[in-house]
Amino acid sequence: MKKFAELFWSFFKIGLFTFGGGYAMISIIEREVIRRKGWIEQKEFLDLLTLAQSAPGPIALNTSVFVGYKMYGYRGALSALLGVALPSFLIILLIAIFFAQFRHNPVVDAAFKGMRPAVVALIIAPILGFTKGMKWYLLAVAAAVALAVWYLGISPIYILLAAALIGLTIAARRGKEVEQ
Amino acid sequence: MIYLQLFISYLKIGFFGFGGGYAMLSLIQNEVVVQNQWLTNAEFTDIVAVSQMTPGPIAINSATYVGYEVAGFWGAVVATFAVCLPALTLMILLTKFYLKLRKNRYMQTTIGAMHPVIIGMILAAALMLIFPDSTDAASFIDGWSWLLFFGTLVACYKKVNPILLIALSGVMGIVIYYLPSLLCI
Repeated sequence: MKKFAELFWSFFKIGLFTFGGGYAMISIIEREVIRRKGWIEQKEFLDLLTLAQSAPGPIALNTSVFVGYKMYGYRGALSALLGVALPSFLIILLIAIFFAQFRHNPVVDAAFKGMRPAVVALIIAPILGFTKGMKWYLLAVAAAVALAVWYLGISPIYILLAAALIGLTIAARRGKEVEQ
Repeated sequence: MIYLQLFISYLKIGFFGFGGGYAMLSLIQNEVVVQNQWLTNAEFTDIVAVSQMTPGPIAINSATYVGYEVAGFWGAVVATFAVCLPALTLMILLTKFYLKLRKNRYMQTTIGAMHPVIIGMILAAALMLIFPDSTDAASFIDGWSWLLFFGTLVACYKKVNPILLIALSGVMGIVIYYLPSLLCI
């Protein structure tokens, strides 16, 4: 029971501070799940993000399910998912019930003006870690994808699919070379 | 049967919400405003604003809010459960598949080819926040914003706890943008 509570609590913390969408969570997950708990390895992390992006649904939920399932199977996945979803459920419920004027509160507004640029920094910081030691042409691909998604508005799903197909083709070719 | 309608709508949103976050917005809008007319467009915009101000994925935030508005507490529970269900089931399948095949050459090469795309997608999300479509959603409004940005970037890179950094930047926001207005009065 204790191990499920530990998973739940870790992801509850992650859910509670995921402001500004799932990507800001990457920094928090990196600290909590990799550096503090050692539940997944650093080199596994980019694989995990790849899977979480390939499945539908919020990246926060997908990440929690991956880590929970990897650690303790189905019940682990459920504990982690409950942990990451509960903070937003409770907070939104309270807002829906009590604070209709929440967003017009000047103190809240000021706090968010401070938090928004910090969130952008939390999104960018892990990228610096990922790209360390990466080959230059892969960095060029990453930059091109960023431009295609941001500037041209191309749906990342198609790019992900194309990348998966290219990866499969390369693997198949190498397989043939080995056989010959 | 309002619970069933909520369940089906948010199940759809969970299933087809690829790309996460803001990519899901139009999907949610279509279900909630156009198809079922649970909310007006203005109310929907309010939810987006509230979602930006509260933690958690916008899919969950909107499910809880719309569920509560339409059918009270149990409506919120049903909609939130429905939107989580696809992530739970599909992601468990995908994780199983990965854990079994991760030593496989095809799996490794395919995921490796997807890595730069994922990094590009994260970068694109950051760029969207730095250069938003509309000014009312701007993340950077003055020099203080850039100071907070670079301060947080360096601190996070130096392994300072990101939760602490978020809380600290919120306090800084109140000090910079709210306290001066008190002193003027």
